[in-house]
Amino acid sequence: MLSVSGLNVFYGDSHVVRNVSFELATGETIAIMGRNGMGKTTLLKSLIGLLPARSGRVQLDGNELNRARTYERVAKGMGFVPQGRMIFPYLTVEENILTGMENSIDRTVPGYIYETFPVLLEMKARRGGNLSGGQQQQLAIARAMVTNPKVLILDEPTEGIQPSIIKDIARTLNRLKVERGFSLLVSEQVLSFAMEVADRFLIIEKGEFVYEASKATVDTAKIHAFLTI
Amino acid sequence: MTFDIFVMQAFNGLSLFTVLVLMALGLAIVFGLMGVINMAHGELMAMGAYTTYATAQLFAKFMPSFMGIYFLVGIVFAFAVTFIFGFLLERGLIRFLYQRPLDTMLATWGLSLVLQQVFRHLFGPKEVGVPTVSWLQGAWQVSGDIQLPLSRIFIVGLTLAVSVAVYLLLFKTRWGLRIRAVTQNRAMSGAAGINTERVDAMSFALGCGLAGIAGSSFTMLASTGPVTGQQYIVDTFIVVVFGGVESLLGTFASAFLIGQMQSTLEYLLSGSMAKATILLLVIVALYFRPNGLFAAKVRR
Repeated sequence: MLSVSGLNVFYGDSHVVRNVSFELATGETIAIMGRNGMGKTTLLKSLIGLLPARSGRVQLDGNELNRARTYERVAKGMGFVPQGRMIFPYLTVEENILTGMENSIDRTVPGYIYETFPVLLEMKARRGGNLSGGQQQQLAIARAMVTNPKVLILDEPTEGIQPSIIKDIARTLNRLKVERGFSLLVSEQVLSFAMEVADRFLIIEKGEFVYEASKATVDTAKIHAFLTI
Repeated sequence: MTFDIFVMQAFNGLSLFTVLVLMALGLAIVFGLMGVINMAHGELMAMGAYTTYATAQLFAKFMPSFMGIYFLVGIVFAFAVTFIFGFLLERGLIRFLYQRPLDTMLATWGLSLVLQQVFRHLFGPKEVGVPTVSWLQGAWQVSGDIQLPLSRIFIVGLTLAVSVAVYLLLFKTRWGLRIRAVTQNRAMSGAAGINTERVDAMSFALGCGLAGIAGSSFTMLASTGPVTGQQYIVDTFIVVVFGGVESLLGTFASAFLIGQMQSTLEYLLSGSMAKATILLLVIVALYFRPNGLFAAKVRR
């Protein structure tokens, strides 16, 4: 599905993502874990095209994405939920969702979105900026879902969200993944959330993958050691 | 001040308001929404005014029998010329400067000087006026001493129509949604699938086109010279900031307030005292409401 090889990303002179390669299979979920400043967000932003990669290849379903602009990558099947959610604060909830529907002929929000996130239906006329963190996270996921992604990228979805809602989000993602049939790439620091959604774990440290484990063989104590200082 | 004079003054204020509001709607999109400090916005208005003038000349020369409709055609031409110019300007210059507001300001200021010189070269240093079409000549005699010129009533109507059209475009169409999304968060709009470059160019062009219409309606109020635009650019920025950046309703209300205050105070005081008083009031108002009159309250 998604294939990344030899990816290098720089901020000016600092080499943030170093020679990263991995494959994301159809229907698979990978959790990229690591402490702050290890390159998770930089890696994901570069995959969606918000940061230029200096070298390396990104392929989705055999399509080269290296030179594609952000909106072209979305059209080819990448969905993105950024860190901090980045809701359009002055647009209503409904309008926020509609911004994700550039590539569909339909101009109404599909029914499954409001079935999955009833709170968004309730709040659909409110401005996005007035929602709570958890509601904004659901809205950001809804906005990415309506692009009909083949690969959904979530950058630290649990950041700043209360624990009970974190569980809900994990359950919702697992259900949507089965129903809508996409692969999931999520960066995370909260191990319990990652354990609920991921099939495979990649630990990133100083821009490089240093440890890989599948759900069956994972040594949580070891991952925990990577996440704590 | 008698009632008659008050009504006439209020109507004069309304005419100033029409030019301000058309200018400010364009600038509200370019500066308020996109964050581009376009110092050449005034020259775009002058470009619209000159286009209207050129249309009048063409009609007078080649189709004198159709002189009655030249003004309507002039409005369309003014919009088209400034829209296309704005589109090319965005593609050729502005888009390279989105993260550099100071450079944008300098570049567009330079552009405004160039444009002034071009106007001087093409149309001469003297101010030019357009003929008033026959059906806009004369005035509406409301009562004994109150006369409202038809041409001004027409541009008030034009302003309202354009304002409603801009509102509908921004808030009821898919294009409007794209423009509002991109202006709130360009990077995220791209990540939601919106072609941000096309939207940037279209929004900027639209803002410039509105300045062109403002120029057209300006020709009904006064004659146009190479530096006409300069006289309005500062007022227009004040209107947009005072009304609340990112709020079109605020822009509308603040253009109305400033237009009315200007014409009323000019009658009571001298011209420069009127301007000073308005600036003082705006400063006080912004002290208490730093985000302008109509800033929306949301978590950002």
